[in-house]
Amino acid sequence: MMADTGAALPAATLRRDPWWLEILPTIALLGGFTLYALYVIFVNNHYYAEPYLSPFYSPCLAAQCQHLTLPLVGRWWTLSPALLVLWAPLGFRATCYYYRKAYYRAFFWAPPACAVRDLPKAYAGETRFPFLFQNVHRYFFYLAVIVVLFLWWDALLAFRFPQGVGVGVGTLVMLANILLLSAYTFSCHSCRHVCGGHVDAFSRAGLRHRLWEAVSRLNERHGAVAWASMISVALTDLYIRLVAMGVLHDIRIL
Amino acid sequence: MNAGEEITLRVWRGDAAAGRLVDYRVRTAEGMVVLDALRAIQATQAPDLAMRWNCKAGKCGSCSAEVNGHPRLTCMTRLTEVAGEGNPLTVAPMRAFPVVKDLVTDVSWNYEKAKEIPPFSPAPRDPDGRRRMYQHEVERVQEFRKCIECFLCQDVCHVIRDHPENKPKFAGPRFFVLLAAYEMHPLDTANRVEQIRQDAGIGFCNITKCCTEVCPEGIHITDNAIIPLKERVVDQHYDPVLWLWRKLTGRGKTSAATPPPSR
Ligand code: SF4
Ligand code: SF4
Ligand code: FES
Ligand code: FES
Repeated sequence: MMADTGAALPAATLRRDPWWLEILPTIALLGGFTLYALYVIFVNNHYYAEPYLSPFYSPCLAAQCQHLTLPLVGRWWTLSPALLVLWAPLGFRATCYYYRKAYYRAFFWAPPACAVRDLPKAYAGETRFPFLFQNVHRYFFYLAVIVVLFLWWDALLAFRFPQGVGVGVGTLVMLANILLLSAYTFSCHSCRHVCGGHVDAFSRAGLRHRLWEAVSRLNERHGAVAWASMISVALTDLYIRLVAMGVLHDIRIL
Repeated sequence: MNAGEEITLRVWRGDAAAGRLVDYRVRTAEGMVVLDALRAIQATQAPDLAMRWNCKAGKCGSCSAEVNGHPRLTCMTRLTEVAGEGNPLTVAPMRAFPVVKDLVTDVSWNYEKAKEIPPFSPAPRDPDGRRRMYQHEVERVQEFRKCIECFLCQDVCHVIRDHPENKPKFAGPRFFVLLAAYEMHPLDTANRVEQIRQDAGIGFCNITKCCTEVCPEGIHITDNAIIPLKERVVDQHYDPVLWLWRKLTGRGKTSAATPPPSR
């Protein structure tokens, strides 16, 4: 009885609404972002337009950087400096609980939509390699926090023009971007857990309870800021890239 | 759809051996729900149509079925909500459980799973004979107590719906809600993390959130129960820093898991 199946129904689903519509935006956005990121990493140029540094290249750690954040890696590193750092925020997104939902549905079809039959015949979920690896998400969170701190530094530097302090369109773009990235990073489920979710008796952990409540409120919007911050990272890079290429002229507001 | 109009309900009829979808015409009335339409069929055209219902108020959890392929409570699904998806309207039994007859399924697998969960094990009383906890610390688990055991989340969960061979190894979302209610309770002392990982098989869940989408009580099953439990499993099994911390300080050690109740 334990392993019995249900009614023999004719189709993979009896749903008649266009369920496949749900996965199209995921395919378009995740696919588009991946291609754009690959392009940005491998052109290895036009990522700095003073005083703006692209989030894909921050912190910039190699001696060959167009704008050096920290000189940690010498001249011997000849590949794109983005490769030194980008694995951390990309790993953070790849193992994010929200993105996992999105891509398990859209790319693995397990399930493609609710009450629509899985495409794969065998299924072990996250109990085995490779998906067992998702359990390291917490460590990507810690790394992402460090990257976010650097991006705040970049956002501050975006106020510093050769002629003195000012505000350009790019400054606002970078500020909006880091706000969204911070919202994404600190609404993370692992953040919610380490801040206080691990506690059972909140009466003995007042500070952690307050932190947990704050992160929980952010966490309700985690999916929305996941998309918003991903799009904003790409657009921020695009803006800086176009300015660096001379296609766009950065307008000074103040 | 207007009241008084006739619609077609395509209802799955059959038993464990075989079955098929059968069409019935029903005259609709203002505010009619799918359960009303089924009862009208039972009253006038198919007196042998088997189905379960009780409260007709979304609180007993017995009228679960699949309306146009969506796991739903038939008593809480208005015809006007689903009529937009076209005529006829299909009503089928929950797919994850063996059929007894027509829309009635055998949900006893869930009861087997429930038996494997050690009951609430509160800490000893305070010296004055009372137990104390604060509202702000039980708030988190109160959401889980809204569960009406309709098993719609179990039905929609692809881990067992599409891969029934996982049934012995996986407890399903409803029981992650129950395990979370105990595990996060300020007074519960049982050690449940090992059970959550091994016997309940939380690793099978890939957090695709269909359980949350169908829950008629609006319990945030994935965000508030399953993911926090996964994080607790990470604490004990996949966090090298915490592992080292436990080795060095002896603090936060897992004692042996609390065994399931003996039958
Ligand atoms: S989120 Fe997990 S438990 Fe819920 S339906 Fe999906 S796989 Fe099943
Ligand atoms: S958690 Fe929600 S969907 Fe699952 S059995 Fe309880 S009430 Fe039903
Ligand atoms: S970043 Fe999405 S859950 Fe951690
Ligand atoms: S009849 Fe009780 S929940 Fe539908």
